[in-house]
Amino acid sequence: MPSETSILSDEFIRELINVGEVDILVGVPTYNDGRTVGQVVQAVRGGLLQYFPRERAVIINADGGSRDGTQDLVRAASISDLSVAQDVHALRTLHSISTRYDGGPSSGIALRTILAAADLLQAKACALVAPDSTTLEPNWVESLLRPLLRDGRDLVLPVYRRHKFEGLLIRNLVYPMTRAIYKCPVREPYPTDFAFSGVLGSRFLGQDIWSQDQGLHGTELWLALSAIVERCKVTQSFLGTKTRSETAPADLVNAMRESAGVMFASLEANFAALSSSLEPLEAPCSGCQTTVSLEHSRLNRKRLHQMFAFGVSELEPVFMSILSPPVHDELRRLAKLPEERFSYPEDLWVRTVYEFAAAYHKAVIGRDHIVQALVPLFRGRAFTFLTENRDASAEEVEANIESLCKTFERERPFLLEAWNGRK
Amino acid sequence: MWQNFISELNRTMHEIVGSLGRFLPRFFEMLTLIVIGWIVAYVLRAVVRSALRLTRFDKLSAHTGATPLLRGAALPSPTEIVSRFVFWVAWLGFILVGVSALGIVGLEEHVSSFFGFLPRLFAGLFILFFGLLAASFFSRAVLLSGVNAELPSPRLISWAVRTMIILFVVSMAFEELGIGSHTVIVAFALTFGSLMLGFALAFGLGGKDLARKYLERKFGREQPPTEPSHEHEDELSPL
Repeated sequence: MPSETSILSDEFIRELINVGEVDILVGVPTYNDGRTVGQVVQAVRGGLLQYFPRERAVIINADGGSRDGTQDLVRAASISDLSVAQDVHALRTLHSISTRYDGGPSSGIALRTILAAADLLQAKACALVAPDSTTLEPNWVESLLRPLLRDGRDLVLPVYRRHKFEGLLIRNLVYPMTRAIYKCPVREPYPTDFAFSGVLGSRFLGQDIWSQDQGLHGTELWLALSAIVERCKVTQSFLGTKTRSETAPADLVNAMRESAGVMFASLEANFAALSSSLEPLEAPCSGCQTTVSLEHSRLNRKRLHQMFAFGVSELEPVFMSILSPPVHDELRRLAKLPEERFSYPEDLWVRTVYEFAAAYHKAVIGRDHIVQALVPLFRGRAFTFLTENRDASAEEVEANIESLCKTFERERPFLLEAWNGRK
Repeated sequence: MWQNFISELNRTMHEIVGSLGRFLPRFFEMLTLIVIGWIVAYVLRAVVRSALRLTRFDKLSAHTGATPLLRGAALPSPTEIVSRFVFWVAWLGFILVGVSALGIVGLEEHVSSFFGFLPRLFAGLFILFFGLLAASFFSRAVLLSGVNAELPSPRLISWAVRTMIILFVVSMAFEELGIGSHTVIVAFALTFGSLMLGFALAFGLGGKDLARKYLERKFGREQPPTEPSHEHEDELSPL
């Protein structure tokens, strides 16, 4: 496969050839993750030794040019004593390779490097773990890989227990929209820890996305959605608590590009298949528990409200190109409300998102501009979500998310209408 | 005497008939060229109109902000305007060629200068169209970035960017057309320079404290860390 292997350096290919064929490949994409990556690699090694001692396994670290010694830390963690499972030993050599890819840092290039390595080593199962998953336990490796090796599943997506105000974009847009439009109820369609079969990995690698935006950022979401569109055998595994990384990017514009932008692009590519009478795709969840935790949070809601009102007033000429007059008028009315009376209702939020998706399809203005224009509106929706769930229990938060999902499903015809309409 | 008069009349009549004989074929040649020109221009208009519709030219023009302007002035769509423009330019070209076929002294020079001007006219329009497109794109990009970065008055900044680009583009287009090129360039330089000076003064005066703090931190004595004035707030976690 010259096109796939050409992105791998000669040195890296030489190391891979020395490893030979493997059953399991675990990829760890990194960029300046020196603080956490050692702990993650040790947990992965622990998981492989404890749960898959007979399988031929390799850990591949694809680094985007770290300057904090991340690669050295990965190598050190790979040969250090295991603190998690002192009494377990592999029956085969557990290889660890660290490589630096060009053109980075980019999660997409890292993923492509790992996919190309998995393809070359003919791995039967491949898992990816985030380098900042400090709560990663050895059993995560089993939870991700076992459904592939034992049950013949194609794709394993994670389910975490997260704080009720974390992953707001996932909870308010990506998850409900995946469920409503792709008809697949996966809780984390944009995963940082996930696994897929070797066959599906090769199909991922063969996609024509690697020179495009979705091949650079938000690639995990794109690939998960493409597997769902192809109706692959998807399953979910409950992994445990996922804490937010202290270094996690808070740049909402980039987050919107990687999530909503990729989602709209996927809709554009697959709308014909998705708008037909698509059968629901089961995504059973193994060991699922409550997914919401309730620790104290100090988010500034007032600022969210101000930024929403500011955005609606300043971006009026942009919204006139994207939104229909009724939705735009309603947003203008909301923007005038004081904080204590402000609420961005579910149905209006859903219609807003659907009109943005349709505007993206029609390219009424530059597509990146459409995605950026959604940011202030999302802040308004986040304000309402925080307000509604401020004192809510885990069950009440779940019920509110479920209600939003139902609204996304109910308003599906509105998307079709907006998609095919003149405006 | 009568004989002389008759012979002069005959000669004049012969000259008139000769002139008419020379003129009429040229006149018919001109009429034929005008008719052929109309047909060619008509076909060209249809081809251009179809091509523009296929390439969604109206949508592209909407991005430049030209469509709302035309709609406001009760003018037809940009596709219609461009195709009509092509029709008239093509037909006018044929009409001028036809007129030059009449052989009227001094007209050939004007006709050739018209054809010499055509490439510059098209280049000017090309610059203007894509310049307006760029002005619209960059002003919107600035507006969105400004709103998302919470900059004060993003619409004003966006308007300033748009105005500067349009000024630049218009001066380029006029220079290409050769219309008051020096005046336009001087006007542009004055406007651009005064805008830049205004921005420099505004940022310099507004940001002098920030610059002083930065320079002190970078090159001056180490300042003791100040106590945070309010409790640390969590960042929004979108993903």
